[in-house]
Amino acid sequence: MLLDSDLVLSALRALTPILLAALGGALCERAGVFNIGLEGMMLMGCFTAVATSWFTGSPWLGVLAAALAAGAYALVLAVGAVTMKGDAVVLGVAMNLLAVGLTGFLLRTVFGVQGTFDDPGLAGLSEVAGFSPLAWLSWAAVALTAVLLSRHAWGLRLRGVGEAPESAATLGVSPTKYKYGAVLASGVLCGLAGAQLSLGNVTLFSENMTAGRGWIAVVAVMLGRALPWGVLLAALLFGLAEAAGFRLQGIGLPQQATDAAPYLATLIALFLTTAKRRRTTGATT
Amino acid sequence: MANTRPLVGRVLRSPVFFSVAAAVAVGALFLVGTGADPVTAYGAVFTGSLGSDGIGSTLTTGTSVLGMALALAIPLRAGLVNLGGDGQLVVGGISAAAVGLYAPLPPALTTLLALLAAMAAGALYAALAAVCDIRFGVPLLVSSLLLSYPASSLASYLVRYPLKEPGSSLPQTRRLPEGVELPAFGASTVTAGLVLVALAAVAYHVVDTRTAVGYEMRMTGLNPRFSAAAGVARGPQTLRLMAVSGAMAGLVGAVGVLSFPFRFLDGALTAPGYTWTGLTAALLAGAAPLGTVLASFFFAALQVGGLAMERTTEVPRELAQVLQAVVIVFLAARLRITWRPGRRRDASAPSGADRGATGRITTEKAEAL
Repeated sequence: MLLDSDLVLSALRALTPILLAALGGALCERAGVFNIGLEGMMLMGCFTAVATSWFTGSPWLGVLAAALAAGAYALVLAVGAVTMKGDAVVLGVAMNLLAVGLTGFLLRTVFGVQGTFDDPGLAGLSEVAGFSPLAWLSWAAVALTAVLLSRHAWGLRLRGVGEAPESAATLGVSPTKYKYGAVLASGVLCGLAGAQLSLGNVTLFSENMTAGRGWIAVVAVMLGRALPWGVLLAALLFGLAEAAGFRLQGIGLPQQATDAAPYLATLIALFLTTAKRRRTTGATT
Repeated sequence: MANTRPLVGRVLRSPVFFSVAAAVAVGALFLVGTGADPVTAYGAVFTGSLGSDGIGSTLTTGTSVLGMALALAIPLRAGLVNLGGDGQLVVGGISAAAVGLYAPLPPALTTLLALLAAMAAGALYAALAAVCDIRFGVPLLVSSLLLSYPASSLASYLVRYPLKEPGSSLPQTRRLPEGVELPAFGASTVTAGLVLVALAAVAYHVVDTRTAVGYEMRMTGLNPRFSAAAGVARGPQTLRLMAVSGAMAGLVGAVGVLSFPFRFLDGALTAPGYTWTGLTAALLAGAAPLGTVLASFFFAALQVGGLAMERTTEVPRELAQVLQAVVIVFLAARLRITWRPGRRRDASAPSGADRGATGRITTEKAEAL
């Protein structure tokens, strides 16, 4: 039996980092800032979480520091894309690269190791009722952002800023403020995602450990049409593909096939949803 | 506006100069932070990359960086971002290895066939991403990137099982037969691959400056609506540019396999990050041909020089990567954007949710160099 409750449980465990990052991406998308720097922000979170947890002995301070550090890192995107009106795609790509270089550099200078920092003394996050506390937080964040975006004035203004910045400005809503808010929030969420990866899923830091999850989160934003519940479904799809991959590995499929599964599943899901969307909107191309 | 301002003033005011200078300054802060002397460290970068000990290494690295930079610059010229370079590179590399090992031909012909096979494989793989974009509406940025991962997995599987060198503990193919390799210059590691990549750069320059195709590319990059209105068919253009881009990436993969260590080793083609360095070089140059060549060798020198800096000052070589990214961060803040709202080929249908997804880049050609 391939699909059972165990599989769903492991999928739920696998999806947390992607869900947190994708929620951040969705907020940015709603505010009209295309954020493909999620991967880099997550990686900054991974490193900060591990470094802080190591030096303070408290994984909780690690989580907090990760959120703050990634939030600060997101300022680069906010200043570059919103204030300077620079290109968000180029900035995002550069930020991802910068994060790889910076965390690699810090790993060498702070811990004096290359590749992986893995120490039995490093404190990881403990689970609450079978899940990482950050997993619980991520589900709460889905509900919260959903309510915020659809019901709350703040969310409505955010959407207004993204869809019609001039009109929003005319109505006295500052697009800059809302865009900054969304980008910084995405940084904080990515920081939490990174902390979950490096202190929750495993307890170590290794170079480039996000391994494309930030990109999957970018895709989850598209797949979920930047709606919190949609993003949750998209992240669940990825989690299921990853969990099913591990399961299939157990019955003898080579690891490489299962490594590729989440990416292919995401791509196929994108095909299907865009094709369906196109049919329903009647857009011909 | 050419020549109305003195040349020096134009250079100093160009975003490229500003970005590079800013990155050098940021790097100096890092160096001081780690207790190193910036002058010594930068001196080591310079002599280590361009001195007699490092120049061969810089040219070898530069071959791959320039190859990937061209692969990404060609679609970028028309505003298309190909993020799947790693996949196309690996697909090319593994094809070259398979042909090199199993083609029953004389060595010289085998080498040629391996190069062609790699280019064909890269082209087909990149075209697949283009088809995802054109036919299924999955943005190129995403389709090309997502396809990169299965390609790496497939290559990894092939070198671990069907193509694995018998008796070896490493995930690698056998060494290519004697004679099936790119000729090297003297005793150096610089191979004919450099010549191939340089020829490609020249070809790109000629196409870009002298032909209608090049004009259409630039026009599309600067103003897609105008070029569409002027009759440039967007779909076929995307497909063609991506195929050329993938062929170029495939060629770099083949050069990697047909040079030292003369085999496909899992991860060896992607680990140095040529794709991303190439992308940054192409972005820095605004995808202009000559600028791409200069930027590629600049970054290659930075990387090779970073190793020398690590030896003399013990500052980690990752600083080179930091500098490279900082250049682009500063540059990106100065680039103009033209998000095209809505679907790629019908510019008139605005749609908020799709806006980010189909984002396109306009390169600031006039000021880039």
